[in-house]
Amino acid sequence: MAKKYETPLLDELEKGPWPSFVKEFKKAAKRSEIASDGLGQLEKSYRTKRGYWKHGGIVGVLGYGGGVIGRYSSLPEEFPGVAHNHTVRINQPSGWFYTTKALREISDIWDRYGSGLTNFHGSTGDMILLGTRTENLEPIFAELSSIGWDLGGSGSAMRTPSCCVGPARCEWSNIDTLDITYSITQEFQDEMHRPAFPYKFKIKTAGCAVDCIASIARADLSIIGTWKGNIKIDQAEVKRYAKNGMDIQAEIVDMCPTECISYDKKEGLTINNEECNRCMHCIAKMTKALRPGDIKGATLLVGSKAPIVVGAMLSWVIVPFIELKPPYQELKDLTRKMIEWWDENGRARERIGEVIESKGMRPFLEYIGVPPMPQQVKAPRRDPFFFWAKTDLK
Amino acid sequence: MALPQRKTDIGPPHYEQFLPPVIKKNYGKWKYHEILSPGIMVHVAESGDEIYTVRVASPRLLSTDTIREISDIADKYCNGYLRFTSRNNIEFLVSNKKNVELIKKELKEKGYTIGGIGSRVSNVVHTQGWVHCHSACTDASGLVKVLMDELYEYFTTKELPNKVRLAVACCVNMCGAVHCSDIAIVGVHRKTPTINHEMVVKLCEIPTTIASCPTRAISPDPAKKSVKINEDKCMYCGNCFTVCPPIDIHDPENDGVSIVVGGKVSSLRSDPKFSKLAIPFLYNNPPRWPEVVSAVKNILETYAKHAKKHERIGEWIERIGWERFFKLTGIEFTFQHLDDFTFARETFRTSAAFKW
Repeated sequence: MAKKYETPLLDELEKGPWPSFVKEFKKAAKRSEIASDGLGQLEKSYRTKRGYWKHGGIVGVLGYGGGVIGRYSSLPEEFPGVAHNHTVRINQPSGWFYTTKALREISDIWDRYGSGLTNFHGSTGDMILLGTRTENLEPIFAELSSIGWDLGGSGSAMRTPSCCVGPARCEWSNIDTLDITYSITQEFQDEMHRPAFPYKFKIKTAGCAVDCIASIARADLSIIGTWKGNIKIDQAEVKRYAKNGMDIQAEIVDMCPTECISYDKKEGLTINNEECNRCMHCIAKMTKALRPGDIKGATLLVGSKAPIVVGAMLSWVIVPFIELKPPYQELKDLTRKMIEWWDENGRARERIGEVIESKGMRPFLEYIGVPPMPQQVKAPRRDPFFFWAKTDLK
Repeated sequence: MALPQRKTDIGPPHYEQFLPPVIKKNYGKWKYHEILSPGIMVHVAESGDEIYTVRVASPRLLSTDTIREISDIADKYCNGYLRFTSRNNIEFLVSNKKNVELIKKELKEKGYTIGGIGSRVSNVVHTQGWVHCHSACTDASGLVKVLMDELYEYFTTKELPNKVRLAVACCVNMCGAVHCSDIAIVGVHRKTPTINHEMVVKLCEIPTTIASCPTRAISPDPAKKSVKINEDKCMYCGNCFTVCPPIDIHDPENDGVSIVVGGKVSSLRSDPKFSKLAIPFLYNNPPRWPEVVSAVKNILETYAKHAKKHERIGEWIERIGWERFFKLTGIEFTFQHLDDFTFARETFRTSAAFKW
């Protein structure tokens, strides 16, 4: 029988209209000692303003080096239920689509072996089963893998790739984000489950520059869908937007960053596609009137990460345009080359973007076989110090 | 009970089995979408088929009871199909138009919060905090709850100049795209960590620990077979604690949160941007962090009052200038706002043209 704790501070977070995580905790705590002691320890954190979780030790399932985050309470005598409180990362389906049948099966297994608490989803994209004991890891893995689920990535490994909703329910998607994600996840199973990289490597795929998956900010390899050719215009719909009160001059024309749009009440909307940088503003604001062009592909960018260690980075352009059609061989080969170069040149806990920054773009581009292009930079260098390779001196 | 045979390296199940029939049929052939109300949108395919999405908030941390409850609702109105968004919302996928009003009614009766679509505050991307993380300086779920209780109407009804993406990270590791959010809260430390030398000897690899420091504040301490930290150089990032736990960075008295603003990830109108420091420090004041809530609300409402239609917070600030942002919000400008880290030189004003 799970112990019940007095939680006057956390009870304050059951009040108010927004859904309460404390209510979720309490539901799970009715059945699970992990959840009830977790709640007790959390109340203590709210009282003392500090956490009580120790670093992960090495726990996991046989043959895998990741997928489970070891977590132990630093107060195991006070809260024995969370002496072990490991997290299991389950690789989510592309686009986070589920059937209720699948969700119920996972819930039943999790109630048998864990806290009954989950995250839908963790920041990287995995389904997170939050809190279990070491001896339950193998049974959970046997049960889940036998019905078709596998663990996600953790540690210095390929992390679970993720993507936006893509062509499943979005008219702007220039690439099949779901299929690409599924295909590269299958391609890199070994690299996901047996960490052997200098540090983590994340791949996120967005169908367009709206980037609902925040690929450009938090993926070592950002795949962002784009197009070549003309934006498709439905002038009848343009008229309807004007009639319904949209100030097309102010909201569309004047906000175009490349000033490539003009508007005339009679002529309708004109776009100088040659000058368009495909930012998506006009398309996103006039969903019925404008659509991306027909030659579809993606831009590959590399290097983004959060601030640790020497500051946050956004991904920058490496391959301005690549067609992405199954089985995505060119993408897979390029990715493997990028990782090889990083593995050769990176120190422990160095992300690929940091290695490119310290070694320079040239050796990286030469290794992966991509030429220098103005699309890769905001501006060329400003100081007159540069390298000449022997092969440049003809 | 005997366990089933385990399988390895099978990867995730194929997504196709989880797609509603109308999505399978119109996959890649959607024509346009319309936002019908703050939490409901319709996507229309070339074929004329429609799918209605009803979006509700979740606290991300869900019990299996709640998962079963939302499954019951999806069984009743969505033929058993639903999805989650990258911002922890639940999306009910309704193929039959008649079910839209019915599911809306039932969701409201059961206390679910519908909204978050369009020029509004969507759900908050956040980290584990005191619930599960070893390096947390604050609690993430609690901060999200108190913020969204206060900003509730900006999710359910009220419109803003453009969408506002909020995020909470419980330390500078920033799991999630906190560093590129419109308004984000990040847990910070303010004092040099303490070192348990006996345990460092037992648990830590000295070269890795030294290399972990971005400001080169850590050097060997040969006498103790441990390390020492130069207090003048330490910027309290806690990376040393991550690689060597006996270097303890937790300090309940001095830990708290910073607020950063103006980031975005999309390319619309202007390039993606990092969030920048607005408020260097507010104390942890659980359970409801009133100072943090009112600081965020002030920034949000100042933006709502002054920005042009379609401007994100970062675009508004770039147009008016940061000096004007500090004036309009009444936020004090301090030494902490002046960058002295990796990218500092990019932030200094190299022009005599500015506003008072």
